[in-house]
Amino acid sequence: MNKKKLLENVIHGVFLILGLITVGCVLLITVYLVISGIPAIREIGLFKFLFGKKWESSAAEPSFGILPFILTSIYGTAGAIVIGVPIGFFTAVYLAKMAPKRIKAVMEAAVSLLAGIPSVVYGLVGMLILVPGIRKLFKIPDGASLLAAIIVLAIMILPSIIKVSITALEAVPKEYEEASLSLGATPVETYFKVSVPAAKSGIATAVVLGVGRAIGEAMAVMMVSGNVPNMPSLFGSVRFLTTAVAGEMSYSSGLQQQALFSIALVLFLFIMLINATLNFFLKRDKEK
Amino acid sequence: MKKILSLLIAALLACTALAGCSSSEKAVSTDGSTSMEKVIGALGEAFEEDTGITVTYNPTGSGSGIEAVGQGRCDIGLSSRELKDEEKAEGLVGTTLALDGIAVIVNTENTVDDLSLETIAKIYKGEITNWKEVGGSDAEIVLIGREANSGTRDGFESITDTEDACQYRQELTSTGDVITAVSQNPAAIGYASLASVKDSVKALKVGGVEASEETVKDGSYVIQRPFVLVTKKDTKLSDEAQEFFDWVTSSDAAETIASAGVVAVN
Repeated sequence: MNKKKLLENVIHGVFLILGLITVGCVLLITVYLVISGIPAIREIGLFKFLFGKKWESSAAEPSFGILPFILTSIYGTAGAIVIGVPIGFFTAVYLAKMAPKRIKAVMEAAVSLLAGIPSVVYGLVGMLILVPGIRKLFKIPDGASLLAAIIVLAIMILPSIIKVSITALEAVPKEYEEASLSLGATPVETYFKVSVPAAKSGIATAVVLGVGRAIGEAMAVMMVSGNVPNMPSLFGSVRFLTTAVAGEMSYSSGLQQQALFSIALVLFLFIMLINATLNFFLKRDKEK
Repeated sequence: MKKILSLLIAALLACTALAGCSSSEKAVSTDGSTSMEKVIGALGEAFEEDTGITVTYNPTGSGSGIEAVGQGRCDIGLSSRELKDEEKAEGLVGTTLALDGIAVIVNTENTVDDLSLETIAKIYKGEITNWKEVGGSDAEIVLIGREANSGTRDGFESITDTEDACQYRQELTSTGDVITAVSQNPAAIGYASLASVKDSVKALKVGGVEASEETVKDGSYVIQRPFVLVTKKDTKLSDEAQEFFDWVTSSDAAETIASAGVVAVN
């Protein structure tokens, strides 16, 4: 009996540690980011840091303004959502409601595969196909641009949008659709006027997940966006918040390194905001 | 009781996980040039494997490395430029370890194959913007470079005297990415460490001199810089540091140095 109790306690202890690891990691990262991100902001000045248009971290007289990065990240993410959400949404409606079983199986497998492709592969394919393609199509000197990054991001967020939307659409009670159909509505009318509104908070969750993925991506966009800290323009070379940190971190020191931590802090706050939005949608969903 | 016990066990397990960390006593400390990270890393690793002596490296930049060895804060200072006269006057000695050649690369379709150092500087500063101005086809020049603080960028910009003046179209984070980007765009020009240049791009002659290991070694290829080990004239190195110094400057280390992409002197 005592032996059993001891075993129980050991297992309790192990599970407690495992749980604490996750909590500990989150706390550690948050505290570390805040502590290491604040000094540079204090030294540069919050306003100058967030709204400065010039980033010259290694110049003789360095200036640390991250407005180009913030705007690029916002535009890039917005662009990816504008392209990715319609494609993902209609694919999800088709797969959840209309597709024959076999096509559905094949397409769902393809979507899962897309989700599993490492981001460096997206970047490489983008660099070898998309960037030269944009250069030739639009007859500009170089194709590495915000547009290339938007297209890569749009493709990268498709799997999460499609999968979460499908789950939401399939969770709509059959009775709703049957009622609509028996009232004489066509299937397509039913899907868009009954099923989609019923699943709308799930679909909103999918979009927010997509935003989170797009704003946090570094590797793939680093390879296709050119990485020059310009103010964003569709065909210009741009640098994202993520790539600003990743690109310079390895050699940086002193104030430059602290400023990179501050960028990471800004990015972290953005992602917290997105997560809060996500939780809001999920909670509202549950309360219904 | 149950809670206290499980907490105790948790604490115990956590402690054992942290045990077993140890530190070695013997070490050679180096401090300086960020560009020398790769070569010092390779040498330090090989040295530690042979002798068990750790080599530490602090990437602070050539200036601070020279200062550090002068003040005795490290065993060997690392500099990616020759010592200045006033630094030599302070009793510092520079020993050239290796030469770092930087190739200027263009797309294989590009008809230009020879540019002078001044022309390259003008191109990177945005004073020449079209290939036809230097004898190529009518296409806007696309400047590809490395990220700020990269050793190769630092080397290229200091030799061509274009520091903070380069009008880059793309700033990439690895030599491989620069080569790929240049190989994909017929109007692109980039720079990369000589050892990593592949057939997918064309290395330009600079002032009529082809970029190769020989021309870097005999000094006729100008886009190059020395990697210098800095020591103090009057102060004796510790035994470990002396052993490391002797080994890296001997021909035995040449292969390891070459593996880091630079040309060994000895």
